[in-house]
Parts: sequence; structure tokens; C-alpha cells
Amino acid sequence: MSHHTTPNKTFWTPANILTAVILAIGLALTVKRFTMGIGSVTNLTDDNPWGIWIGFDLLCGVALAAGGYTTSAAVYLFGMKKYHSAVRPAITTAFLGYAFVVFALLYDLGRYYRLPYPLTIYPGPTSFLFEVGLCVALYLTVLAIEFSPALWETLRWKKLRFWAHSLTLVLTIFGVVLSTLHQSSLGGLYLLAPSKLHPLWYSPYLTLFFFLSSIPAGLSMVIFEGGLSHKFLHHKMDETHIKEAPGVTLGFAKAAAVVLFAYFNLKWIGVALDNNWHHLATGWGTWFLVEMFGFVLVPCLMYAVAAREQNQKLAFYASIVTVLGIVLNRLNISLVAFNWQLPSELRYVPSWEEIMITVFIVTLEITVLRICLNKLPILHEHPEFKGAH
Amino acid sequence: MEFMTLHDFMFWTKGMAYVGMGVGLVAFVAFWLFVSERDVDKFADTEEE
Repeated sequence: MSHHTTPNKTFWTPANILTAVILAIGLALTVKRFTMGIGSVTNLTDDNPWGIWIGFDLLCGVALAAGGYTTSAAVYLFGMKKYHSAVRPAITTAFLGYAFVVFALLYDLGRYYRLPYPLTIYPGPTSFLFEVGLCVALYLTVLAIEFSPALWETLRWKKLRFWAHSLTLVLTIFGVVLSTLHQSSLGGLYLLAPSKLHPLWYSPYLTLFFFLSSIPAGLSMVIFEGGLSHKFLHHKMDETHIKEAPGVTLGFAKAAAVVLFAYFNLKWIGVALDNNWHHLATGWGTWFLVEMFGFVLVPCLMYAVAAREQNQKLAFYASIVTVLGIVLNRLNISLVAFNWQLPSELRYVPSWEEIMITVFIVTLEITVLRICLNKLPILHEHPEFKGAH
Repeated sequence: MEFMTLHDFMFWTKGMAYVGMGVGLVAFVAFWLFVSERDVDKFADTEEE
């Protein structure tokens, strides 16, 4: 670490007070949800059975947690060791991201206590949802094992740490395979509703679009969190992390630029294959163009210039636009452009309680992430295990 | 554009897709050159240092 002393601050900072208020409201709403039923806190209907808990918490949560498999694949499969210091923060974010996706799913399931049923009692091997459930369950297990060495190092449980670490390569391969499957299958869920999803967002290639867009989403989250860590948790970072940070940011910016460029191109080929050009002249078309140009092409060019000019600040801003773009895309597909033909009084608008529970879950995740980054050897190497991974 | 037959539709949409792919591939080369033109590989040697 660059310096070990943490600034002596009071616990009740404005950020912590806000966190406490959100958590208190969220807990109260959680009690309401699980005692009075899902209808007591949501505006969900038979027309709109999936709301922001699926559209934001699940679809965005899974896409933005893709930094785990992209980073570990780059380091352990493609041998890009110069990004090694980014693996642990990325795995931590991915593990917490997936854990909170499952946690959020409990709110959305009518009978949450039957969560394991698809894996044990009613398997539906022909269903996309079954594949998503199976992959998320397996990948969460993979991430838990990949994350565990940081915990074992803190507890000094050397045997467990050695056992978990020795599985790294196998787990990385398994993680890439599982991520490829379920990132794409989340898009596949919407293949079932060609008449409900607006033609500009519906495509037979939705699976490809979801998988492809998850890569810059994950890379952007690593850049974004790296930037925040550098600013707020600099005292927790050791020399290696500080030294490698610019390389990670600019290398990932270059990768994100290339994938965003391919994604932008393929999206237009999707429009061409379904001959949806005439929709572009409508209001929906304008919204589609905003997404495509404002939140795909613009961050793509920002990343490209950042990589070319070695501009870390620009890469950081590009990561924010990309993350917003991924959130916009997933919300467009799951909520905005979904049921687009319904009259406005039948369209879904989330209740304040749904939004508040989502805010609660995100706040809880950030709180746990803060604790992990502060207490575990994630942004620095444990003194007893230097160079051991 | 109106299509009288499925063949017309497929000819038009596939044609547009192939044109898009061609333009995309050429544009990708230009994009790649733009992104990596100034690469000095200054982070590639960090392991040896």
C-alpha cells in the first residue's frame, strides 16, 4: 500500500447517513413485500409481469457484472498479465453483482422459496429461462470460488486458499462458457415476444446483441470502478495496482472501442435484415437513434480517442456513457419498447416502492463492495501472499 | 419499399445486409488503424522491468 493510515473520519458522513436512510426504507418495504405479497408494492399486471426488478436489477445487473469473465479471460486465457491487478476487483464486483441479482430475484418471484425448483423438481431443459437459471447458479458458484482466496488470505487459511487458487484456470474457462451462454440467453428470452417488442429492438439476433454488448459493459465497469478506486481508495492500493492502473484503463478502453464498433455495425445489419428502415422516421426511431448514436457510437469514439491519445480521463467518461447506454438498452428492451402497442393506460410504470427497493438493493451492494474493498486484499496484495497468484 | 414476393424481400434485405457487412469490414480496418496507430507498447514491458 502506498500509505497505511486511513484518514481519521467520523462514521456519520453525509454519504453514510444517506445510505442508512435508504437501507432503513428498503428494509421496511422488504417486510411489506414479503408479508403482504408482490401486489402490495408493485404495479405489475398480467400485461406487464416483468418490471424494473427484471429490467434493471437482473438484465442490467448481469450485463454490468460481465467484467469478471472479460478480465479473467484476458489475463488467464489470453495471457495478458499486465492486467493482472484488475482481476480481483473485477471478480469481486462480478461476484457481488451476481449475488445481488439472485437476491433481487427473490423479490420478483411470487413464491421465492421455490427458487431452486427449476434445478431440482421441475427442470425445463427446452426453456431459455431454465438455461439462464442454471448458468447463473453455476456461475455464481464459480465466482464465489474465484473470489474466495481474498477471504482465505485474510483469515490465513492457507490450504483452502491454495485449493481455490489451483482451480483458477478451470474456473476461468468454465466462467467464460457459462457467461457466453447466459448473457446471450437473457436476450433470447425476448425472442419469445416478437409481437410485443418494438421491431427496432426485436431481432432474431438478440442473443448475439446481448452477449456482444455485455463485453463493453463489463470492461466499462472495470474502468469506471478503477477510476473511483483510484480517487477514493488510493490509500488501499499497493504499488503494483497503482502502476498497472493506466495500462488497464487504456487497454480496456481500446478493447471496448473495438467491440462497441462491431456492436454498432451489427445492430444496423439487424435493422437491414428485418427491413425496419421505415420505423426510423417515427418517434420510436428517434429514440432508437438516440440509443445507437448517443450511447453506442459516441462512447465508442470516446474510447477510441482515449486509447489513441492515452487519455485516461476520457476513458473514464466513456465508461460512464457506456454503462448508461447498456442500462438504456436493457430498459428499452424490457420496459420502454415492450408492449409498445398497448394504450398508455395499460403501459407499465413502476411504483415508487419498486424503484425504492431497487435503490435499496443497489445501495446494499455498494455498501458490501465498500466493506470488501476496505477489509480484504483486493486492491493490494496480502503481505503473506505477495506474488502468489 | 413494397415487396410482391418473398424473393423480392429476401433479395432486398440480404442485399442490404451484405452491403452493410462490406462497409463495416472496410470501416473496421480504418477504425483499427485509427485506434492503434500511435501504440508504443509502453505497458507491454512492465513484466520484465
